[in-house]
Amino acid sequence: MAEFSTPTTEQQFAENFAQLKPVMNRTEALYESSRCLFCFDAPCIKACPSGIDIPQFIRQINSGNDTGAARTIYEANYFGNACGKVCPTEVLCEGACVYNLQEVKPIEIGRLQSFATTKVIKSGEKLFGPGTDNGKKVAVIGAGPAGISAACELRSLGYGVDVFEAKAQPSGLTVYGVAPYKITNEETLAEMAYLQAQFGYNVHFNSAISSREELEKLEDKYDAIFLGIGLGKTNELGLPGEDKINCTGAVEFIAELRQHQHKVAVGRRVIVLGGGNTAMDAASESSRLGAENVILAYRRAKEEMGAYEFEYDLAKGVGVKGMFNVAPVEITGNGYVSGVKFIRTETKDGKVSEIAGSEFVEPCDMVIKATGQAKQTEFLSLIPGLKLDGKGRIIANAHTGQTSNPKYFASGDAWNGGAEVVNAAAEAKLTARGIHAYLSK
Amino acid sequence: MPDLSINFAGIKSPNPFWLASAPPTNSGYQVMKAFDAGWGGAVWKTLGVPVVNVSSRYGGVNYRDKRLVGFNNIELISDRPLSHNLREIEEVKKRFPNHAVIASLMVQSRQEWHDIVRQSQDAGADGFELNFGCPHGMCERGMGSAVGQEPKVLQMIVEWVMEVAQKPVIVKLTPNITDITEPAMAARRAGADAISLINTIQSIVGVDLDQYAPYPIVDGKGTNGGYCGPAVKPIALNMVKNCAQHPDIKLPISGIGGIENWRDAVEHILLGASSVQVCTAVMHFGFGIIREMTSGLEQYMVEKGFHTIDQMVGKALPNVLHWEDLNMKYKVTANINEDKCIGCQLCYTACEDGAHQAIKLNAGTRVPEIIEENCVGCNLCSLVCPVEQCITMERTDDGTQHVTWKERTEAGDIPTEFEDEQAGGRHHWVPEPSAALGKERHKTLPGKARVINGETKVPTEA
Ligand SMILES: Cc1cc2nc3c(=O)[nH]c(=O)nc-3n(C[C@H](O)[C@H](O)[C@H](O)COP(=O)(O)OP(=O)(O)OC[C@H]3O[C@@H](n4cnc5c(N)ncnc54)[C@H](O)[C@@H]3O)c2cc1C
Ligand SMILES: Cc1cc2nc3c(=O)[nH]c(=O)nc-3n(C[C@H](O)[C@H](O)[C@H](O)COP(=O)(O)O)c2cc1C
Ligand code: SF4
Ligand code: SF4
Ligand code: SF4
Repeated sequence: MAEFSTPTTEQQFAENFAQLKPVMNRTEALYESSRCLFCFDAPCIKACPSGIDIPQFIRQINSGNDTGAARTIYEANYFGNACGKVCPTEVLCEGACVYNLQEVKPIEIGRLQSFATTKVIKSGEKLFGPGTDNGKKVAVIGAGPAGISAACELRSLGYGVDVFEAKAQPSGLTVYGVAPYKITNEETLAEMAYLQAQFGYNVHFNSAISSREELEKLEDKYDAIFLGIGLGKTNELGLPGEDKINCTGAVEFIAELRQHQHKVAVGRRVIVLGGGNTAMDAASESSRLGAENVILAYRRAKEEMGAYEFEYDLAKGVGVKGMFNVAPVEITGNGYVSGVKFIRTETKDGKVSEIAGSEFVEPCDMVIKATGQAKQTEFLSLIPGLKLDGKGRIIANAHTGQTSNPKYFASGDAWNGGAEVVNAAAEAKLTARGIHAYLSK
Repeated sequence: MPDLSINFAGIKSPNPFWLASAPPTNSGYQVMKAFDAGWGGAVWKTLGVPVVNVSSRYGGVNYRDKRLVGFNNIELISDRPLSHNLREIEEVKKRFPNHAVIASLMVQSRQEWHDIVRQSQDAGADGFELNFGCPHGMCERGMGSAVGQEPKVLQMIVEWVMEVAQKPVIVKLTPNITDITEPAMAARRAGADAISLINTIQSIVGVDLDQYAPYPIVDGKGTNGGYCGPAVKPIALNMVKNCAQHPDIKLPISGIGGIENWRDAVEHILLGASSVQVCTAVMHFGFGIIREMTSGLEQYMVEKGFHTIDQMVGKALPNVLHWEDLNMKYKVTANINEDKCIGCQLCYTACEDGAHQAIKLNAGTRVPEIIEENCVGCNLCSLVCPVEQCITMERTDDGTQHVTWKERTEAGDIPTEFEDEQAGGRHHWVPEPSAALGKERHKTLPGKARVINGETKVPTEA
């Protein structure tokens, strides 16, 4: 029996994908903010990659200054609303809250953060604006958390900013990748609209930059170029049968899901390959879409999974079954996927080895590969002098974001190899300052 | 089972918990409900001259998410017809002959006082409480606190009452006065049987930031009200103690002010009250709180071996001294229990900014460390620490010496310069003022907080 029945309407979709961190009402925010101790040199601030002054904004909420709270949040992090909902707070701010040491529930920092920011987004209150025009222009490639954050900060520093985005909507993986039970499309896009209204950068949608000529034009027209291109498609497994119908990449599957919601069809028996957070998401999502049987298959042992424990718990909670120490060797089927042939593995001294003769076929009608995103090395090779590290990540100065081509700067997944929204937002803000320092020389 | 019953200046009650004269005792209906729930007595909502009330009457003080830690009202005495009140007193007394029903009274002339005392006596009241306390409205008409603030007038009126009263007379005092013992003495001189205190404290509980008007707002305007509720308990306790310790007052005291649970009641009793009255807590939570109050009181009495309320009354009084009689050789020092510490560092910043710079932080741990030489034993850190029993104040003198300021004064040994062992200067290291902006700067806005405030560099630790 499936945990969830297949959603056929928007409302059913919203029910199956109910928000894990729903927006607080004023009373809840008052109660929760009252619990904050206002720690000195608060550990929660230190644990936030964007360094939001958490006790400050919580105190502002508590004293009825929600607008001031929103300002505090946005001053540190332009994705303040999204982050409050999608950050893995269990391992960041909330994980560092001193209450944990007393075995008391930590302060719900994320939800308080979204509470304050939702309020200004809804009211459209003007809190920020562009700085005085300094006559210089920066091109931003990619309208994800990195690109948009850089655009906001650059605008506040007085730059003219044009953002070029391959897709039709802003916020990158926030609207194309993050699980729908963490944030809704409406919430994501409302924050994007708010930021654009505040800072007034231009975004050109459906405008992938993909050729040397296009790059040259940008190089001519702009004083600097910010790369916020994130990562690429799901890595190929290189297995026989991978091209069968209903064998899909997790990132592609989730992008479809975010855009078409209940109109996306999922198999009855789904096998998700991988052990990272994306695998957990894809498995949970399949289950919430009404799949009867969702198996999460991972090559190594349970303890070795890269996913956060709470993400695995979340998947288990919606009926996902874990299958460990199994490596896929072939996707079986005749046109359509009919199963995955696995071989059992064992981990000895940190090394996985296959156990000869242990192959078996696990039947299914859909395979989701959550085996990591490829780097955009091909596109990046079009930029003269741009150096990548051995893993395909852009090499850039950690403080200024400047790459080995001085005109190009980078932040976010393309630089860090794949982290969280909050990292991209924090890095891009710093990089925008790096661009400013470079162009002010 | 301990015996909770009391005989307060001749007024008998099954337990010491009375409802104070206020909205909860506005009607026979409410008083019967209260007795049914377990209250021992009720001081009827003050009876007197005809009044009208305004609409919008109460204001509250909230602390963070806690509502009504303080409460204020601009209500007057009973606005129900006297005859209805008297009839209902009679009815209540019939149903509850063993409960205490006390008529609170407030009128002006001698004749009026005589009349109303007789009328309530006839209705069956077990005693009277003279309301010389109301600090708003009634005082503008020469009653309430206007009387309580003039010991001579108070004495005269009590004398009028004593001329006709055949039941015990309690005089309710206003705290809006410099020395509470003066009106208490006046009551004593006039022959009153007991005193009760405190009535409400003149107050403005808050100002509406949009209407620029004090709460509660009546058509855009406000007036001072009377303050009560948990926030006033400390003031009430001190006044109860002052009256209880006064060598000449020697009257039973009904303690009022900020009583919400058994603990508050026991505190009033230990400082000399032999009955207690409650208003705000009932207005907030209803009559049902009496169950917790009686069960808590009983439990406490069992644990402490008290059999009657009388055995507890004033038990803490011998330990309330003047400052000059305290032992100056006694010394406590803060001690952090590392296993309990959650690293919030509130103790650190409190002592650093608000006390004596006697707590330091060490690299690699969030558990602060007490600098014993600097600790003056003020308790601040232990008061701000959010963890129970995490910071304890440990005695560090050897307990053999005892010297008071009075003794030193008498011995001609009070310090004439700041180099005294106990005076501020000696032993206590204080950083140079300029260090606040220099090498100790990281102690003010730590780490990221300063950078977030617009500075580009995190101040380095010394
Ligand atoms: C399945 C999944 C779930 C996730 N869940 C969470 C989560 O719950 N919480 C969390 O904090 N993080 C989560 N993340 C990570 C988070 O989404 C990313 O770290 C973050 O979005 C990175 O931001 P970015 O701006 O660097 O890249 P992206 O968000 O990938 O944005 C890059 C943008 O650039 C555009 N682009 C790329 N190339 C070009 C080009 N050549 N021309 C024009 N435009 C281009 C892309 O279309 C995209 O819009 C998740 C990631 C995935 C894959
Ligand atoms: C709304 C209101 C009306 C009151 N009316 C009277 C009154 O008529 N007569 C009186 O003696 N005291 C009156 N009081 C004072 C209370 O009896 C009591 O002394 C005071 O509230 C302190 O007790 P508490 O802290 O338990 O509320 C009133 C208090 C309130 C809140
Ligand atoms: S650690 Fe927790 S309690 Fe302390 S300031 Fe941060 S949120 Fe508040
Ligand atoms: S206040 Fe208490 S819990 Fe907080 S750091 Fe100090 S000792 Fe530790
Ligand atoms: S008792 Fe006072 S002086 Fe001593 S450490 Fe605590 S706060 Fe500082």
